[in-house]
Amino acid sequence: MIDPEIAREAIRLAQEKGATDSECTLAEGEEFSAMVRMRALENLKDAGSRGAGLRVLVGQRVGSAYTSDLSSEGIRNLVDSALAIADVSTEDPHAGLPDPSELGSLSGDLRLYSDDINQLATPDRIRQALEAEEAALDADPRITNSDGATFGAYTGERVFANSRGFLGSYRSSSCSLSATPVAREGQSMERSYWFSYARSHAGLESPAAIGRRAAERTVRRLGARKVPTENVPVVFDPLTARTLISDVFGAVEGDAVYRKASFLAGKLGERIASENVTIIDDGTLPGRLGTSPFDDEGVPSRRTVVIEKGVLKNYLLNTYTARKLGLRTTGNAARGLAGNAGVGHGNLFLMSGERSPGDIIRGIRKGLYVTELLGQGVNTVTGDYSRGAAGMWIENGELAYPVSEVTVASNLERMLMDIECIASDLEFRGSVASPTLVIREMTVSGK
Amino acid sequence: MSISNSFFGQKFGLTEHDLQSYLSEALSAGGDYADLYFEYVATSSLSIDESIVKSAVQGVSLGVGVRVISGERTGYAYSDDLSPEKIKKAARVAACIAQGPSKVEKTGFESTRMRDLYPILTAPSETSLAERVELVKRADRAARAADPRVFQVQASYVDNLRQVLVANSDGVLSMDRQPLARMSVVVLARQGDGNPQRGFSGGGGRVALDFFLNEKTPEHFAQEAVRQAIVQLDAVPAPAGEMTVVLGPGWPGILLHEAVGHGLEADFNRKKVSAFSDRIGQQVASPLCTVIDDGTIQNRRGSLNVDDEGAPTQQNVLIEKGILRGYLFDKLSSRLLGTGVTGNGRRESYQHIPMPRMTNTFMLAGDSDPEEIIRSTPRGLYCANFGGGQVDITSGNFVFSASESYLIEDGHITRPVRGATLIGNGPEALKYVSMVGNDLKLDEGVGICGKAGQSVPVGVGIPTVKIDRMTVGGMAQ
Repeated sequence: MIDPEIAREAIRLAQEKGATDSECTLAEGEEFSAMVRMRALENLKDAGSRGAGLRVLVGQRVGSAYTSDLSSEGIRNLVDSALAIADVSTEDPHAGLPDPSELGSLSGDLRLYSDDINQLATPDRIRQALEAEEAALDADPRITNSDGATFGAYTGERVFANSRGFLGSYRSSSCSLSATPVAREGQSMERSYWFSYARSHAGLESPAAIGRRAAERTVRRLGARKVPTENVPVVFDPLTARTLISDVFGAVEGDAVYRKASFLAGKLGERIASENVTIIDDGTLPGRLGTSPFDDEGVPSRRTVVIEKGVLKNYLLNTYTARKLGLRTTGNAARGLAGNAGVGHGNLFLMSGERSPGDIIRGIRKGLYVTELLGQGVNTVTGDYSRGAAGMWIENGELAYPVSEVTVASNLERMLMDIECIASDLEFRGSVASPTLVIREMTVSGK
Repeated sequence: MSISNSFFGQKFGLTEHDLQSYLSEALSAGGDYADLYFEYVATSSLSIDESIVKSAVQGVSLGVGVRVISGERTGYAYSDDLSPEKIKKAARVAACIAQGPSKVEKTGFESTRMRDLYPILTAPSETSLAERVELVKRADRAARAADPRVFQVQASYVDNLRQVLVANSDGVLSMDRQPLARMSVVVLARQGDGNPQRGFSGGGGRVALDFFLNEKTPEHFAQEAVRQAIVQLDAVPAPAGEMTVVLGPGWPGILLHEAVGHGLEADFNRKKVSAFSDRIGQQVASPLCTVIDDGTIQNRRGSLNVDDEGAPTQQNVLIEKGILRGYLFDKLSSRLLGTGVTGNGRRESYQHIPMPRMTNTFMLAGDSDPEEIIRSTPRGLYCANFGGGQVDITSGNFVFSASESYLIEDGHITRPVRGATLIGNGPEALKYVSMVGNDLKLDEGVGICGKAGQSVPVGVGIPTVKIDRMTVGGMAQ
């Protein structure tokens, strides 16, 4: 356990040496991973580290520093280093800590830490990975190779304190299990993966289920073709759809908004998406991976409606970006150890619709079902969207054959308006989640 | 250099005897090989935004990673505390991977003979903060002065000085001091009430601060970022479908990094999960293509005197006149495949297990005049700059996104286009290279390569290259 007094001491020292305000983050973490490949253990990693970060204000000038040396000498150096930085920065009229009335922490058990992970001994952890890989290798004769299966575990603690009297800490844990099989048929070789990720070991899908699903996703890619270039409806499965929700986050987070580096800047209150689109950010859901009692400025996490029935309701903000926009923080401050806080999200998700994904696909005469996206072709400033894609071609409501080496292109502004249908299959597999969704028309570029 | 005079000897009192005892501990449960990676990194990062130096951070990260290899198995542990008890504890954790009697330790170390690719007396991180803050202020002023349509400027400067010591159970000892600095400028420009467009520029390397004062100045990066944003103001949507693509010289070399480089990393090939597995000696590109990975170029961002496993870097031929010649190896792959190392064992930090990684990857110049390459193209896309790329090494499919590209019409570069993504297949794409320019250029030094969650600095380069057939993923048909 990390001693919160170290944070208090850093702040006391910083204030004594001339800081007018200061905030300190301490973090400690233990990571574990076991990777198996072709039925044998290949990598085992087990280690921990800790660090401290300090941000000071001297009037309106800001400085930050971090260190892994938590001795009293280390903390003295940390304070001097942050103050030296404040000396060379310039006055920023909007810099400052949250208003004391905004500080606080959620009460109650958020189920961020589960001891069942620690109770799982190393051989059992390795066995989980072996079982997942075995299930994938057994699932289909075309699965001839493997890029491995990994069990990962993390436990950590975070302390945050500031000179306005806030001191909070929380422990968290997570674990994950994934499998990446490789399939071959003739000249075609493909790999894909499946994974589960949760705060507790009990929250993970079974190794066998993960392996089988990974195998199924891999085998169906075999013999993929390139299709001719044309404009068709595009269905995103939950894993690819959630990247669109992350892209929306990039356009509603305060930094991009106040700089006008977002196609959604200045659109608060406007209809920006199809009426069936409601996107929520909720940092309070117990046991979820995006949950925390307070953000990285000591402001309580909360539920914020970002888009409601197609109307842009709220941006996601920290104290600084809120001041720049003349708004209030939404408790979305995020940072590593040091530096000015950026903006992060809690559990960010698109609300489910009514129909099953199968039912939706049956209604599409011709289109692309996307299961993999490649590359970074998303421009938050203009909304321009063009990414590599792979998946299945839809013909008369059926998944007809695999497709790869194509791109899907449109513009996010238009894509949001073009969300024609949202399925009922929302599930959390990380802090961003989406059900299957259909975009009315995108350019699929191939032959 | 002896350990007692080295950085870790002076600062932490590390001795050869200590290294021996840690390695013995690491091999106490058997194991074929063990290594220690000591790392101390001092980082400074400064940025200006809205003409205000809003954010600046200094920090130190310090630790040691202990690795034990036993057959195909790797055990890894690290400590951010350099006390002997903590290092020995990490060594015992890493040792758990092996099962057997302890190995007798070889005595004595031999220092790796190495180049001095970055002979810099005063690293940027050892200069005054005020001097470095001036760089971002100059970039901000220059970008705003360059064009009245610019309305947002963010300039940042990051440097670090990495001290490393690698000791292994084969008796190899190497120490290096690795400076690295990078500047970048992002601007937004807008014409009247039109949509904003972004421009980006950046560069650096394993250089002294003088580089930014005399060679590539803040004004250089600022003006280049502004130029790119202004070009985008008039851009039309990118075309869609297969067409001829001409890559400009320099940063477009990222094509080689994605299409070829990753697929040639030996870990993927040892596991036979790469589209390039078992293809040595086969034709994978047009005979005009010779692709090199070279970690020994003076002052480059991707260069290293020794890799992160203590092996000297070298020049490796990957593709020679279209024929696949070699892979990039780290220690583990070379042990398992029975080859020599190539100086490509790299890791993000002491917290990470080394993997085969690229250094500076480029294509040798050909004979063609770049202007003739454009003139010979009736219709196509000319790509001058790219954002990021990604590859699926198993299918070989790769993409990369053009941040600055133009239509080629009747042998002339005409209108700028926006939002073009290129997609292709690694072992196939370069077979369509029909002309290679005489203008090889390396990038300005901004590359960051990500693999399995680890980021390392890399370089790329390419001459003007014509690819007869490639899929462009735009919207206009």
